[in-house]
Amino acid sequence: MLVQRVTDDVLEIIRKDKDIQNGDTHKVIELVDKKVLPHFNFSHMTALALGKEWRKASPQQQQQLTAEFKTLLVRTYANALTGYKNQKVVYKPTKMAPTDTDVLVRTEVQQPGSKPVQLDYSLEKLESGWKVYDVVVAGISLVTNYRDQFGQEVRNGGIDGLIASVAAKNKSLEANSKK
Amino acid sequence: MTDSFCASAVRGTQRLLVGALVFAFACSAALADGNPNDPYESFNRPMFAVNEVIDKYAAKPVAQAYDNVVPLPVKASVGNFFGNAGDLWVGVNSALQGKFGDAGIDLGRLLINSTVGIFGLFDVASELGLERHDEDFGQTMAVWGAGGGGYLFWPVLGPRNVRDTIGFAVGTYADPVSYVRPVSVRNSMAALRFVDIRASLLPSDKVVEEAALDKYAYIRDAYLQRRRNQIFDGRPPRLDD
Repeated sequence: MLVQRVTDDVLEIIRKDKDIQNGDTHKVIELVDKKVLPHFNFSHMTALALGKEWRKASPQQQQQLTAEFKTLLVRTYANALTGYKNQKVVYKPTKMAPTDTDVLVRTEVQQPGSKPVQLDYSLEKLESGWKVYDVVVAGISLVTNYRDQFGQEVRNGGIDGLIASVAAKNKSLEANSKK
Repeated sequence: MTDSFCASAVRGTQRLLVGALVFAFACSAALADGNPNDPYESFNRPMFAVNEVIDKYAAKPVAQAYDNVVPLPVKASVGNFFGNAGDLWVGVNSALQGKFGDAGIDLGRLLINSTVGIFGLFDVASELGLERHDEDFGQTMAVWGAGGGGYLFWPVLGPRNVRDTIGFAVGTYADPVSYVRPVSVRNSMAALRFVDIRASLLPSDKVVEEAALDKYAYIRDAYLQRRRNQIFDGRPPRLDD
């Protein structure tokens, strides 16, 4: 299964890389860029995060927002990975028929002394293969968790205001990480 | 500092919560605004700001020191110990929700871990395949059909809607730690548990800091999604997009 192959691959690299374990965000982002991103469908993710407003956005706005949101999500995901140390990922059986085009892959991250954390991926089958369109940690979708915040920005400044906010957030994170 | 802080938090919790609940409801009529998920937002945001300060200068530094100094096996045992102390209440709530099989497992865990696991310091039951469940009285009330009653943010306690606030208050009566005597030992244990919980959240701090456009809203929506997931035991029905 795709998720298992990619996860094992990435975790194997992290386990061997001391820089990443010490919180080198740039190095993880590089790794995620190469290994993980090709399997993500960011325009679907952005559409999910934005909700109804997505259809009202122009193709150009959709493209810009997707690009900015992708940068933000990658950093979040990379940060979560640098916290990876002694955990073990367990794959739960996935129920699916050969004809399914949408599937939920359930995994569990186990760590000593703590409750296991549920980590689920929603995937859809596109012409280019299976793509992840949602990542859910302990029941919290990293994507739909933006719904209200995005809605707030759109109410305040329209779609362009939202794009500007996410871009500004990315800029400030980039500036901080260079310090 | 955290010790006396926690001690007073434990002692005054129920009285304080009732008072604050009344206050929140009194405010709500006048302050209600836009978000249907957050009717008490104008009460919550200042509370959130207060909590940020407490966390920055007290809770988080202590948790970080604990995390850096204490070796992993000890931290694991601390987590296991408090997990075990909570398993009885987890079992009661499994039973109250009609999940008697789960309740049996919870009690089995308690028995095994309290004996073979040496007072709960080792989670032998999980090794044996008896999985830990995640139940509390807030979830029980939800399963019984009680509504959430609006989102609230409490300093120190963090996000809890009205239902979970009541669930928490009821849970403090069922907390074995609260019956430990002498009081000084009880307070130390409560403080240690608080630090252990806060330390377990440290890895998510950076994620929330960097991911959120609005940290308050990010935490609120994460809480709402997470509780919904817990109530449905990890398999919530899909919401419409």
